[in-house]
Amino acid sequence: MRRLGRRNKRVLPGFGLSLGISLFFVSLVLLLPMTGLVVETSGMTWDQFWFTITDPRVVESYKVTLWTALAASLFNGLFGLLLAWVLVRYEFPGKRIVDAVVDLPFALPTAVAGITLATLFSQNGWYGQWLAKIGVEVAFTPLGIVVAMAFTSIPFVVRTVQPVLEELSPADEEAAVSLGASDGRVFRKVIFPSLWPALVTGIALSFTRSLGEFGAIIFIAGNTPYVSEVTSLMIFIRLQEYDYAAASAIASLVLLASLILLFSINLWQGRYLRRLEGR
Amino acid sequence: MSITIDQINKHFGGFQALKNVSLDIPEGQLTALLGPSGSGKTTLLRIIAGLESSDSGRVLFGGDDVSQLHVRDRNIGFVFQHYALFRHLTVAENIAFGLESLPKKQRPSKQEIRQRVAKLLEMIQLPELAKRYPAQLSGGQKQRVALARALATQPRILLLDEPFGALDAKVRKDLRRWLRALHDEYHFTSIFVTHDQEEALELSDQVVVMSQGQVEQVNSPTGLYARPESRFVFDFLGHVNVLSGLVKGQKLVQGDAWVSLPGIRQDQEAQLYLRPHEVQLSRSPAAKARLPLRIEAISLIGSEVRIELAPEGWQSDEIWEIGMSHAEFARQNPTRGELWYAVPDVGHLFVADSVQPRTIDWQYTEAANASNM
Repeated sequence: MRRLGRRNKRVLPGFGLSLGISLFFVSLVLLLPMTGLVVETSGMTWDQFWFTITDPRVVESYKVTLWTALAASLFNGLFGLLLAWVLVRYEFPGKRIVDAVVDLPFALPTAVAGITLATLFSQNGWYGQWLAKIGVEVAFTPLGIVVAMAFTSIPFVVRTVQPVLEELSPADEEAAVSLGASDGRVFRKVIFPSLWPALVTGIALSFTRSLGEFGAIIFIAGNTPYVSEVTSLMIFIRLQEYDYAAASAIASLVLLASLILLFSINLWQGRYLRRLEGR
Repeated sequence: MSITIDQINKHFGGFQALKNVSLDIPEGQLTALLGPSGSGKTTLLRIIAGLESSDSGRVLFGGDDVSQLHVRDRNIGFVFQHYALFRHLTVAENIAFGLESLPKKQRPSKQEIRQRVAKLLEMIQLPELAKRYPAQLSGGQKQRVALARALATQPRILLLDEPFGALDAKVRKDLRRWLRALHDEYHFTSIFVTHDQEEALELSDQVVVMSQGQVEQVNSPTGLYARPESRFVFDFLGHVNVLSGLVKGQKLVQGDAWVSLPGIRQDQEAQLYLRPHEVQLSRSPAAKARLPLRIEAISLIGSEVRIELAPEGWQSDEIWEIGMSHAEFARQNPTRGELWYAVPDVGHLFVADSVQPRTIDWQYTEAANASNM
């Protein structure tokens, strides 16, 4: 009989092996490129680094990227919540198809999305010609960037909110209604507080994804310096100028922003969920 | 406020959950809706609450037709089996929810709400838990909070859907007594759904037994136990021993077993129902009955010794259960595997196609025979 030492108390074997492989892969796919980025950047002096990331054209691209990403993710927060709500709460013909179509932005190559959007919103496009009549220009303006970002990141919101919405107990809503709450109050006080963490996570994911979006944007943005250039395009431009150090300097900044955002969202959400689960 | 249910019908797809149910629930009483799962008791409760609508029929509160009224306007308190507390709100906020949902004109001031919540917390004996979240409470505490929340707006009708179903046996008993005391103090009209006959009989003033979408019988717990009106009610209220056979010459016979039935002259099929405490065990057959049984198991726990027996030389769908006092048990010392004879004191005879049973009391008939001689 094999004796179980103190170290082997787990029921399922293979903990060491599976954790080892997982960590190896995480390092290979994530840590190694990140290290490369840092190494590439570390060739610069602090002055050079500062000069590169505060170049007026680059700074303008930060501003454009931030506000368009924010607008796109907030739009997705609203529209994605609505979409998830409709998909969970109501039965209608073609529901399965709509549910499948939600994932389309993930499956579609972003360049294809970009070209399609550019065609649709150009002045002669199906949408563009009507929007032009009311004086709204989408293609080749920052608004186009918002549209492209919103399109590519909508599944994040829908897919994070949907399962939470599905798990909501109907009894909670019935309890609220039996206590005399109006429909609006039921949504605000009972449904929304349960959805809130998932919705914030979805919006944050959508936001970070939009920060780095490239393929879909460049076709529709027009890429006018100081007006409609996003940061990821600036990285690409520096690369084309064979200025690898500058490219990685800007890239490292984007990476840092995304990481900080993701970590803080995770921390906040952990705290909120602990309260619901009573730990 | 009294509740009247008038010819309610309800279908779920092709399944008829309620069949023409009519019922009167008197004011200030605690009424139990008792039945197996699928009997329609929860559906009926939800229709009374307004959480479900009926296909036809009316619900009246104190004579007013509320069938078309929305749940939120019916002014009822509803308690759910799994509590349905709001997880992101504290205990105090949960209890205050109903008061804060009142329209502005009727809503009490913040101060007043705080006082009312404090009073309700006293009532459920949990004032120290006001700031806790539901996830930090035990099942019994959660159900108390749910009750306080339902009572906060002082509804005149309290509806409870299997309120103790998710709790363990000990907590369930405590909470049952507590609810009974609460009801006796405040006298709201309450209806609770349960599938536990013991709970229904112990807690309620009136029991409504339901089966397959219909009301089988309505009576007080004692009345129901003493005079079950159908086989279903009989079967549902505790264990029952059955001898089914043919009546021949004033005797019910099946295989080696027979029971004398003085006064039953017609030869026909019949079933005799005997409750565990209406039968005695003897080592030899009596003059009025011969029911050979072999002891299969003996359970000593409880106020009575429960003996399980299998028929010997005749058949029964279910095992027989006979109660014996501990003193009697010590004297007789029955052991597993022995052959004994059941001697009935009182029985309930269902003849062929009649719905209601006929009660037979052998002690009485024996006494009558003796005095006649």
